[in-house]
Amino acid sequence: MTVLTDMWAYLSDPANWTGSDGILALMAEQLLLTFTALLMAMVLGLPLALWLGHLGRGGFLAINISNIGRAVPTFALLALLVVAPWPGTDSFGPYGRAGLATLIALTLFALPPIITNSYVAMREVAPDVREAARGMGMTGRQQFWRVELPLGLPLVMSGLRLALVQVWATATIAALVAGPGLGRIITDGFFRSNYGKGIAGAVVVAAVALVLEMAAALAQRAADPARRTGASTPAGGHDDALSVTGATVESSAESVG
Amino acid sequence: MTLLVQAAQIRLSSADEPSCYSRQVNEWVCGEYVVDRWDEIVDATVQHIGITVVAVVLGLLIAFPLALLARRLPRMESSILAVTTGIYTVPSLALFPLLVPFTGLSATTVVIGLALYALTILVRSLLEGLRSVPDEVRESAVGLGYGRRSLLMKVEMPLALPVVMAGLRVATVSTVALTTVGSLVAYGGLGNLIKDGVLTNFRAELFTASVLCVVLAVVFDALLVLMQRVLTPWTRGVRA
Repeated sequence: MTVLTDMWAYLSDPANWTGSDGILALMAEQLLLTFTALLMAMVLGLPLALWLGHLGRGGFLAINISNIGRAVPTFALLALLVVAPWPGTDSFGPYGRAGLATLIALTLFALPPIITNSYVAMREVAPDVREAARGMGMTGRQQFWRVELPLGLPLVMSGLRLALVQVWATATIAALVAGPGLGRIITDGFFRSNYGKGIAGAVVVAAVALVLEMAAALAQRAADPARRTGASTPAGGHDDALSVTGATVESSAESVG
Repeated sequence: MTLLVQAAQIRLSSADEPSCYSRQVNEWVCGEYVVDRWDEIVDATVQHIGITVVAVVLGLLIAFPLALLARRLPRMESSILAVTTGIYTVPSLALFPLLVPFTGLSATTVVIGLALYALTILVRSLLEGLRSVPDEVRESAVGLGYGRRSLLMKVEMPLALPVVMAGLRVATVSTVALTTVGSLVAYGGLGNLIKDGVLTNFRAELFTASVLCVVLAVVFDALLVLMQRVLTPWTRGVRA
């Protein structure tokens, strides 16, 4: 258990937190990577998935993209991107060494949970609610903005939450291919047999992951229209729609990377 | 001069030279690499399969009693789900190091880490599956005199099987992918080859190992689909 003492020694030394290779700088780098990638995935994936869900087309692709994403190891994809002539290991602005390769991998791995959940969210709006909206004379656009999106929002948010956790995990793995981020403390520690340092890095990464997950859970709760208005029975019984087996297995089951 | 000639020969007649994975050429797809390093590739694949299977089975063995406990004591359910989800949130590259003080740099570290991830998915799908059994079915079984144990094994589990198998497929496929990260402690199956490929800029090794990972995932998934069909013959009749 001397490793644990080493770990504590590493964490309690302020010199390890500051400086260009310190924990704080690496954490900032990884957070920047995470949120940039999440934003890019949202811009690319959300409109497409919501639109397809609204039309009810392309379901096969939208559901199966998650299965494909799960089968491709994040480590392998990162490795391929880094060894390829482009994007390679070139430093990319504030994103550090192999920044572009990491950003591409992170965005690709954030897309499946976002696309699948957003699509399912649109499809799971109860048909009678949809029909009622059409009966009231709503146009397709109005249906989408006033009915489907508000009702589907909790599931869309849970997809974003999954994507966030996934991206943070993948950003950590970037260090295995000498990329940026906090994972570097872990790989440095392990590859140089300084296990205390490696474990210290792991503690920090795990702690930030849990904080991000909790923050995302709070955001998700805030976005739930049923809870916000304090209504006990949400319109169209969408609570039931959320707990159907298919969607729940899907939404709880992204690979962490 | 000889170097130049050699390089030219490699380019012109790759059939004679030790070519497509040599330093100069370094091709992504290279059959000769697979032939020459066959043993190494097989060893890595066997380790990969071994770690994956043991991890998923271990996850299932822990998930089953946990799911039953959560069902018996509804108050436990939310805390069991919260703890497993919390574990799931921790990135794999951080989870393995956290286990090292207890299990050392061994395959056990990787297996336990992966089992913990599989556990999260499996507990959820077991609970969902058992919940999907219609109450009428349960009541008729009780009316027919089924005890608690035989109700579970003969009625509820078979009916929950489709949902449980869906979870098992997800857990297995993601475990295959995550095993690669085990290369951090040198037990990553094909991940070891990927890591070596990155460190030595060896494209054929990296590409072959990556493709094999995906192939393994697909094969495992297909096997589980087949198993499900065999285990649930009644669903086939419905569909036909």
